[in-house]
Amino acid sequence: MNRAAARRRRSHFMVGLMGLAVVLAVLPLLLILGTLVAKGASSLNLAFFTKMPVPAGETGGGVMHAIVGTLMIVGTACLIGLPLGIGGGIYCAEYPGSKLATVTRFVSDVLNGTPSIVVGVFAWTWIVATQKHFSAFAGSVALAILMVPMVTRTTEEMIKLVPHSLREAALALGYSRWRTSLTVVVRTTLPGIVTGSLLAVARVAGETAPLLFTALGSQYLSFDLDQPMAALPLVVFTYATGPYEEWHQLAWATALVLILVVLVLSVAARLATRGKFRQNG
Amino acid sequence: MSPSATGSDATLGGARFGDRLFKAALTLTALAVPVLLGFLVFELWAGSREAIGEFGLGFLTSSEWDPVEGRFGALPLIFGTVVSSALALLIAVPLSLGVAIFLTEFAPMRIRGPVSFLIELLAAIPSVVYGLWGIFVMIPFLRATVFPFLKDTLGFLPFFQGPIYGPGMLSAAIILAIMVMPYIMSVSREVLLAVPNTQREAALALGATRWEALTGAVLPYARSGIIGAVILGLGRALGETMAVTMVIGNRHEIAASLFAPGYTMAAAIANEFAEAVENIHLSALSYVALTLFVVTVLINAAARLLIWRVAQGGGGKSA
Repeated sequence: MNRAAARRRRSHFMVGLMGLAVVLAVLPLLLILGTLVAKGASSLNLAFFTKMPVPAGETGGGVMHAIVGTLMIVGTACLIGLPLGIGGGIYCAEYPGSKLATVTRFVSDVLNGTPSIVVGVFAWTWIVATQKHFSAFAGSVALAILMVPMVTRTTEEMIKLVPHSLREAALALGYSRWRTSLTVVVRTTLPGIVTGSLLAVARVAGETAPLLFTALGSQYLSFDLDQPMAALPLVVFTYATGPYEEWHQLAWATALVLILVVLVLSVAARLATRGKFRQNG
Repeated sequence: MSPSATGSDATLGGARFGDRLFKAALTLTALAVPVLLGFLVFELWAGSREAIGEFGLGFLTSSEWDPVEGRFGALPLIFGTVVSSALALLIAVPLSLGVAIFLTEFAPMRIRGPVSFLIELLAAIPSVVYGLWGIFVMIPFLRATVFPFLKDTLGFLPFFQGPIYGPGMLSAAIILAIMVMPYIMSVSREVLLAVPNTQREAALALGATRWEALTGAVLPYARSGIIGAVILGLGRALGETMAVTMVIGNRHEIAASLFAPGYTMAAAIANEFAEAVENIHLSALSYVALTLFVVTVLINAAARLLIWRVAQGGGGKSA
């Protein structure tokens, strides 16, 4: 009898320990978000979004150049990365047994784990070194390379959830294969594909490492993809590691904006498919 | 393969043409992924050819890093990468497994979804924001409280001796631990969800407590998948760049003390690549990138194979 009680106590104790782990795991999130709001919110005003940076040591100024830069770099990355990723995903789902699908799937998983800094070095050797100057476009290519495998995998997973009967019904009605794929299967999965794409955008929007020696960063407002360009994550890095107190203040505010963008994208991504599909971690 | 059975020959031909075009277009996009990988390997190799020719494999065992003299060795970088990642796993694995197990086996249904969502949000925070938080919040806190405590209580060990700077190996390991935890948690959660309920029910029916059912029936079933999740986390930790470079101190040195500054492969590339002027310096950094890439590919491939095995054995799907 005593042994049974001891075993029960041990069980309760271990479960309690794991509950404690949950608290410890959620704590950093709350701490980080809390500090960001506490230190960054006070600097968020209209000037922050509409003004350019001022010389070091002066107060005031904004990060409009970086907001524009991030939009342009990430937008271009989407133009390159999303079609490739979604197409690859559809291929893997439509021809699941083919050798190419197996290879693409495995290579995507491997590329997904590739450090983003390595992709940055690749974009540098490929584009910056051959053109002999830093450019926002090289940064976009690096981000696109990070997006493709992510989007490929989520698209495939989402399409695989479409019931076979739907596909069979369309085929039985005399639809050709491509038409079935595009107007029935892909259309049904569209919210899922949007989710996957948004998550990929959210992830690359916060990437700093691949932009360090491609887009490089800049103090000026620029719309030229062939030139160096500022981006929000680069601004956070430069200002956080710089020596001035005003810079640190701006780093907190910029980080708050960056994280709001990323969190809104991630939450929107999950809401797009809420209750429709199983989430793909 | 063409499913069109109705309609005239003309539309049938049209459908077949459409199918072929469709498949050709998709094949091109699907080819993009393997082609990119091949191209990436080629470019990295081409970039590091000069350094490979100059230093050979000795690059990986030499500790010299002198851009002025043009002599480079990556041992301190490899050391820093391995030690910071291993320490990070030491902290993150028990925590994330605890969370994953609690959320799949014990937590009330209502809180399972929200809590795992919260923890996965940790994975969405950009690396540079972790770095910022590390510099201005975590390091001052550690320097004031945890590090002196460790030095006082465990100071007889060589790992906790020497001056406390703040930025250093242990700071990097702690921030890495926070960053890889969501990955390990979410993959091991998927693996645990793939364990059939009959495993649990059988153990409970035999009179096992919930803890005994877990250790006796659930964990053995999920073991290789959980190992896969941990290796996946290791891959993340090895390649993590921005947060590490902001808190590790960035010095090409090998020190026994965890308080001492160090360097990792990714951090060195991030810091020195844009400023390197000599070709051999760039090439050496490229060589570092190639090494890092090869290591992470091997690690990720191993992790994927392990996770796939559980997913197939359990009949469920995992990452």
